[in-house]
Amino acid sequence: MTGPNFVYVSYIRTTPEKLWQALTQSAFTRQYWFGHAVESDWKPGSAIRFFAAGKCDVQGEVLASDPYRRLAYSWRVDFDEALRNEEPSRVSFDLEPVGPEVKLTVIHDQFGAGSKVYPGISNGWPMVLASLKSLLETGEPLAATSEAALCAARQRSLDLARATAA
Amino acid sequence: MDAVFKALADPSRRELLDRLHAENGQTLNELCVRLAMTRQAVSKHLAVLEAANLVSTVRRGREKLHYLNPVPIHEIATRWIGKYERSRLDALAELKKGLEEQ
Amino acid sequence: MSKPSYVYVSYIRSTPEKVWQAITDREISKQYWGRSNRSDWKVGSSWEHQRVDGSNITDIVGQVVETRPPHHLVISWATPSDANDPGRVSRVSFDIEPQSAGIVRLTVTHSELEPGSQMERGITWGWPLVLASLKSFLETGEGLPIPKIKEAQQSK
Repeated sequence: MTGPNFVYVSYIRTTPEKLWQALTQSAFTRQYWFGHAVESDWKPGSAIRFFAAGKCDVQGEVLASDPYRRLAYSWRVDFDEALRNEEPSRVSFDLEPVGPEVKLTVIHDQFGAGSKVYPGISNGWPMVLASLKSLLETGEPLAATSEAALCAARQRSLDLARATAA
Repeated sequence: MDAVFKALADPSRRELLDRLHAENGQTLNELCVRLAMTRQAVSKHLAVLEAANLVSTVRRGREKLHYLNPVPIHEIATRWIGKYERSRLDALAELKKGLEEQ
Repeated sequence: MSKPSYVYVSYIRSTPEKVWQAITDREISKQYWGRSNRSDWKVGSSWEHQRVDGSNITDIVGQVVETRPPHHLVISWATPSDANDPGRVSRVSFDIEPQSAGIVRLTVTHSELEPGSQMERGITWGWPLVLASLKSFLETGEGLPIPKIKEAQQSK
């Protein structure tokens, strides 16, 4: 039995090149992703680490990388014992130029039924993606996704995980 | 691809790329600080790099932040190493289509 | 079979009042939605979603079901020809909640949709576009060119 899927579609006034960079470079991710830097060479099969404040929060492996068009990687949460034991899920980004915008489709799937990671990510993605859009369109990310907000974000994911029926 | 090679052929421009590689997301002022180049020269070089898609800019208020785009350089490397498998990407496209149709 | 419900969450650097106004003001809604939302927004009143190309064609109609400005608005939603068929009237609620630091969370819930209907297909494609446009409009002063984007998508 499979678990839920998270799907988010947004349109951002930017270029596919900039959006790709914003998804794959620490100089960008630190600004809109709760202060996370990302380490990877983005080649298929390569490792990925998202880390902030000295801690690695998410680990993964690049599943697909077609610059400016598609990116996919596996997602294993690392900042908590219980969450670490779940099978990795998968995130994919689809970038499609539409008129003067880029349509970004994010799909986070391959969760098992009763996943404890899912509630946290379905709460977190809208904030991170909204902040990414604000960063690319206005030059400023949303304050609520800064590094200062990191602890609260981790706590929220843990609270949501615990609230999930065992 | 030609624009990329031309852009990379100049040592001053390669230095700018090195600076951004060391610290990404710098303004024109920040890039000018330790370089033995006039501000005008740096600005011109950045324009060539941006046209070659090696550098992207994001406007913040009146400033522009410059970000290194490593993809074109990776692409040059990949050509000689081997093409990426199309099949994995096709599978993902199918997945996306399937989910949209639900 | 139960009717599906779609939830869209957006975080916008704005105030609840401005978000409320953008949704309910007939002139402001034109600027990012490509349509005008017209009503007096009192419970029981009707509302219309009208084209702004001079045709005055109304694409969607409904009634105001609940209202608690500027935080909560619920409207019914149907095409004019379906408006009297309860099975084809769906429901949209807007929840506009202030978060920290000048950010508003907007949650749009579209429920009671007929599964597999053209309306369901239309809105699941349309809401992300309208909400992205609303966010760009409130944050940059400019919405997205919705007619252009619709054209680009439909030509595929």
